[in-house]
Amino acid sequence: MEGLTLSEAEQRYYCDLFSYCDTESTKKVAPNGRVLELFRAAQLPSEVVLQIMELCGATRLGYFGRSQFYIALKLVAVAQSGLPLRVESLNTVKDLPLPRFVGPKNEQELRHTALYSSDADNSTPYSGVIPPPPGRVQVKKGSVSHDAVQQRTSTDQQESTSPVVSPQQSPPTSPHTWRKHNRHPSGGNNDRPLAGPGPFWAPFSEAQPGSSATGDPIWSGHSPPPHQENWVSFADTPPTSTLLAMHPASVQDQTTVRTVASATTANEIRRQSSSYDDPWKITDEQRQYYVNQFKTIQPDLNGFIPGSAAKEFFTKSKLPILELSHIWELSDFDKDGALTLDEFCAAFHLVVARKNGYDLPEKLPESLMPKLIDLEDTTEVGDQSGEIGYSSSPAEAPPSKSPSMPSLNQTWPELNQSSEDTAIVHPVPIRMTPSKIHMQEMELKRTGNDLANPTSPLLVKPPDLSEENNVSSSKFVAGNTVDGYSSSDSYTSDPEQIGSTVTRQRSHSGTSPENTAPPPPPPRPHPSHSRSSSLDMNRSFTVTPGQQQAGVVAYPPAVPPRPPPSQGVGPHVHRPVDAESLIAHTSTSPQQIPEQPNFADFSQFEAFAASSVNEEEENEIETHSEVLQVEKPSDSAGSLRVSKTDGRVEDKAAASVPVNAGKGTTPLAPPPKPIRRRLKSEDELRPEVEEHTQKTGVIAAVLASQPSIPRSVGKDKKAIQASIRRNKETNTVLARLNSELQQQLKDVLEERISLEVQLEQLRPFSHL
Amino acid sequence: MAVCVAVIAKENYPLYIRSIPTENELKFHYTVHTSLDVVDEKISAMGKALVDQRELYLGLLYPTEDYKVYGYVTNSKVKFVMVVDSSNTALRDNEIRSMFRKLHNSYTDVMCNPFYNPGDCIHSRAFDNMVTSMMMQVC
Repeated sequence: MEGLTLSEAEQRYYCDLFSYCDTESTKKVAPNGRVLELFRAAQLPSEVVLQIMELCGATRLGYFGRSQFYIALKLVAVAQSGLPLRVESLNTVKDLPLPRFVGPKNEQELRHTALYSSDADNSTPYSGVIPPPPGRVQVKKGSVSHDAVQQRTSTDQQESTSPVVSPQQSPPTSPHTWRKHNRHPSGGNNDRPLAGPGPFWAPFSEAQPGSSATGDPIWSGHSPPPHQENWVSFADTPPTSTLLAMHPASVQDQTTVRTVASATTANEIRRQSSSYDDPWKITDEQRQYYVNQFKTIQPDLNGFIPGSAAKEFFTKSKLPILELSHIWELSDFDKDGALTLDEFCAAFHLVVARKNGYDLPEKLPESLMPKLIDLEDTTEVGDQSGEIGYSSSPAEAPPSKSPSMPSLNQTWPELNQSSEDTAIVHPVPIRMTPSKIHMQEMELKRTGNDLANPTSPLLVKPPDLSEENNVSSSKFVAGNTVDGYSSSDSYTSDPEQIGSTVTRQRSHSGTSPENTAPPPPPPRPHPSHSRSSSLDMNRSFTVTPGQQQAGVVAYPPAVPPRPPPSQGVGPHVHRPVDAESLIAHTSTSPQQIPEQPNFADFSQFEAFAASSVNEEEENEIETHSEVLQVEKPSDSAGSLRVSKTDGRVEDKAAASVPVNAGKGTTPLAPPPKPIRRRLKSEDELRPEVEEHTQKTGVIAAVLASQPSIPRSVGKDKKAIQASIRRNKETNTVLARLNSELQQQLKDVLEERISLEVQLEQLRPFSHL
Repeated sequence: MAVCVAVIAKENYPLYIRSIPTENELKFHYTVHTSLDVVDEKISAMGKALVDQRELYLGLLYPTEDYKVYGYVTNSKVKFVMVVDSSNTALRDNEIRSMFRKLHNSYTDVMCNPFYNPGDCIHSRAFDNMVTSMMMQVC
């Protein structure tokens, strides 16, 4: 050992560094690891470091005593100055700048350097200060951490003054880091062959097992990884620098004080500030390392690592199984029991972070998400919540809805491989729903995946389904309506419309035993109307004849059950007398008379029609033209309904069209329809009605010839107009209802299809 | 609302059991235990020939005055038992089915985790979250 004269600043600096490295407070820098890290952070070539070690005598001694440490530091300064390493240079070189070290601990040293070099200049560096290293200290308690913190803070301060420090310089040391980390996976044994500075590692490995069990090895082993975190943060968080600038200020004070308490506070502050960074980001160096590790297990980068191999690999990291299990849950994004390259990198990164003391997040951080399809802006930085992350990778295979995971595994490899291609694709369809509903998305995607890349409609549908799980019952009813329509079933007289629709639904989707609970029936549009008219009926009357026929054909059967046929027209009918008379008239068709008061007119009309049919259409031309026109729509409506089952709608529709066009009394049409539907047995009346409606084409002549309607015209007009208004209102409401129900039906049908496909897939696995 | 969710292994020991009113846990444990007999009865009633067509959802196992117990068996004889509050009359059968389906999905996720040994207690956080959501949703 040469005599070493240090300037005051150097003395202080070296003393600090020694304290920092003296993790065991033994006054001898026993843990070579720390010193080695320091030297690595000095960004010197490894051979230079080796040389320094030799020169200072540490290799001889096997440890860094204080003097050796000081000599080494001085040599580092010499080397950093570009001077050749000579023992003589220790004392001969004057005005040697303090050694600069890069990295978290080195930040502290640099800060120390700044401290010593410019005591008063501590405020200025803060402006561009780099975020302090993430607070991993919270896990590691003890003086070590505090020292490290203090060192770090000083380094942080120094960091600003040493623009040389940059992320780019850090990567070279990361391989060392990872090698160190590898030690851990390999159980801390020294079997792992290490390329590079062998002597470094030998003392390190010796130091490791020998170091205290309180986590010192982990400390030394893991301090490098946070370097990368810091480096990342250096590069990534200029906006946070202002925020973090505050921290170094406080840290600065604390470092000067150098109390444990202050260090802790600084730690916490730093930890908080680090949360603004993205500690979960993987640097290129790390990624490269992960990829290399991946290759050792699975040579094909597009392939995936089976769960068992991954389990063995990560078990080497000596983390508790529970934590490894959680890491797996986070990183196995597609839940297929295997890790793709992205997933593996994420898992490895999480393991490293955990070993460094980071708590595992509840959700996968966004930066660790396997990036497949990025439909959303992944603008969140440093936010460990997986919310955005989920949305950012919508293409990930969704959790399977069905228990047949094996099928997923079978189908997933191809998908995984394809997903390895940058930016794309999985054969997952584009999300229809907002990506914020990622959980649903995951669920749905899994379903889609489980269907082995089902067609887009299916995949699209689950999002819709999930979206519309809470859809109003009306939609469901609508769906059922359409369904019923398609089946052209006649509605049962079930007062519970939903019940009937559900029944129908089940009958149609018999293969899918698990249906979503049918929503409650939609509220009746008009309380006064005891039935809802068919929209098609309305439409059929409102549209052109051509459309009308089509509309007539598309007869939505979703009409609430009509009141019992035996019920007479209610008292709220405008003309109860007439209704009754009509009823009396149409004794043969009592059922045609709707009970709803509003439709009393129609019933009257129907009855009238029936009666008129019976009576040979005794309508007057002028006075009863209105009535007739009203009647006709009703008749045609009734006939439409009838024809829905009988297929005679077209005629009636055609007949009713001119009437409707002439009068616009479409609203009148729907009401009679339900009655018609229920009264299939009333065929006798239908023909009459049909005849009547058919005759409407010859209205004028017929009207003239027909006998007068058994009711006053004035009353009729008023009643008709009132009922027209009411029915128009009903019409609009029902039109809306219809559209909703139709949409709902589509969704339900799609869901049913998907469920059926799932069931088909489940069949092979139904026995174990 | 599900007040208690339990996952029972093939050998009829619990892999996971959690109830919402945490003070009456023992009562729910006992209920789930007794319901296992009903589950076995239902399974055996199907007969071996019907194993393929046996539906996973068993339906209402038995009702009591306070709550109802529903059961679900997977093909590997892992049973899911759910106890729901009787006062929640709006809970339809389909909703129960969907809840069991979610349970089954989460269970398969847990099984896929290579660090999970079949037969261990389930400690998965994702599984816990799912069960929590199920217990809270129908409140």
